[in-house]
Amino acid sequence: MSVGILGTKLGMTQIFDEAGLAIPVTVVQAGPCTVTQIKTEQTDGYSAIQVGFKEVATKALTKPELGHLAKAGASPLRHLHEYRLENPSQYELGQEIKADAFEAGQTIDVVGTSIGRGFAGYQKRHNFKRGPMAHGSKNHRLPGSTGAGTTPGRVYPGKRMAGQLGNVQVTIRKLTVFRVDADRNLILIKGAVPGKPGALLNIMPAKKVGK
Amino acid sequence: MNAQEVIRSIEAEQLKSDLPIIHVGDTVKVGVRIKEGDKERVQPYEGTVIAMRNGGISETITVRRVFQGIGVERVFLLHSPRIASITIIRRGKARRAKLYYLRDRVGKSARLKQRFDRPL
Repeated sequence: MSVGILGTKLGMTQIFDEAGLAIPVTVVQAGPCTVTQIKTEQTDGYSAIQVGFKEVATKALTKPELGHLAKAGASPLRHLHEYRLENPSQYELGQEIKADAFEAGQTIDVVGTSIGRGFAGYQKRHNFKRGPMAHGSKNHRLPGSTGAGTTPGRVYPGKRMAGQLGNVQVTIRKLTVFRVDADRNLILIKGAVPGKPGALLNIMPAKKVGK
Repeated sequence: MNAQEVIRSIEAEQLKSDLPIIHVGDTVKVGVRIKEGDKERVQPYEGTVIAMRNGGISETITVRRVFQGIGVERVFLLHSPRIASITIIRRGKARRAKLYYLRDRVGKSARLKQRFDRPL
């Protein structure tokens, strides 16, 4: 129940910390995001704010989208995202959320889309072993047995098989903010985040799970 | 400013500008900052550069020396603040980029000829 920020992954590098250790960091262009709608219990049945990110040309959006954004006085924005809040009245329409909402050392969750690898086989998708490549073997990349015979007479659900790998939503939890550059709206995150450079990311303060 | 330029500008703050020109085969003396308790001192490490890896801020050299009959190789991140100093002691003649063959040599055959056409 806290507001995050949308951003673009720019790439990775390594930075030396005070102790002289090389820290792998991901550079993220975070925000500025504009508050485009405030949802309250009375009007929508739940309370949240909607933020928009990434300015685009007017012709890139449809008229309904432009009309929705015009209500908040926002410029045309590509991505809209909602954050559920207890008390959305502390935000007002058109308010900007910038990278300085985060601070160095804070733990965050990062949501993104993993790199798509298409229809992948058993070895790439589930790390199966492959068969012998020579000595007359014709079993190179086959899965082996998928289960018993007449009993049960079917393949159990959840059997690992070939299929789409990647291009799914992935959340990386409890990453650390290494540095925030408020002037350029950059956030340096320790470690890797999903997707390639240019991918859309949703950065939120870490959600506490369990005790 | 595109993504690469932003990343370069972040790296640029920590890049060292006063590094000497190092070639594979050179004998170098690296001053390594070591922290013992709350005291800091610089420990010298001397040996032959057997490999270099470029990559901006992640540039490394691999330095090999034989210490008490045991070969020791250390990889140094050149731009790291832990590297206090690098001095070139001797320029060596090497015909390849990676001198991993030196690992299999002992004694006289593990030496490199000195070259004099490059300044120290």
